[in-house]
Amino acid sequence: MARIKLPTVLRPHVGGSAVVEVEGRTVGEVFTALVERYPSLEPQLGGDGGLPVFVNVFLDDEDIRYLDGLDTPVDDDAEITILPAVAGG
Amino acid sequence: MGEVVVVPAAIREAMVAHARAARPEEACGLLAGDAEGRLVFCYPTTNILRSATNYTIDPTEHFRALRHAESRGWELVGAFHSHPHTEPFPSPTDVELAAEPDWIYVIVGLADPDRPVVRGFRIVDGEVTEVALRGER
Repeated sequence: MARIKLPTVLRPHVGGSAVVEVEGRTVGEVFTALVERYPSLEPQLGGDGGLPVFVNVFLDDEDIRYLDGLDTPVDDDAEITILPAVAGG
Repeated sequence: MGEVVVVPAAIREAMVAHARAARPEEACGLLAGDAEGRLVFCYPTTNILRSATNYTIDPTEHFRALRHAESRGWELVGAFHSHPHTEPFPSPTDVELAAEPDWIYVIVGLADPDRPVVRGFRIVDGEVTEVALRGER
């Protein structure tokens, strides 16, 4: 199962945990399973249209934008880190 | 009395130096805290927008800072950025995009570059509350 590390802002949606474990063969499948388990995450992670631009996702040490995005394959011992964009004016 | 956060001199200097170096563009970075919540480290980062009016922290540098902080038992507890020409108060964009309710958002105001003004804020559900920043004793 992939380990997903969540930023503080998303932890209330998963009962306060910093890490959750979810099955999936790709990053997209992992996110689908995550949202099925915790539906209130859906607006934060986007629906079928892919990830919102204000969310960054790292598979182990790589930004998935530089891999195959949501189609990137996920190993059983993978660690996925979700980071909200830090931005302002 | 409101919240008070101690900002070690080295961290204040690092934020101001990064802000000055980036001027006229906005500078940005991240702040780490230890298990007791004390500010312990500052990560100057790249503003990928290269803009005088907006910033976005380079996501890869954000990730590296997170890994570095975690390897030392710290957490990322805040972000800083500069207002190169205006007062260090959160802009509507700052308020709209503040994602982390637990973070401290520090702004370095360089309206007068010789007299930087550093202020800190919590931004929760669109509401801005100033945090008193105090130097180390």
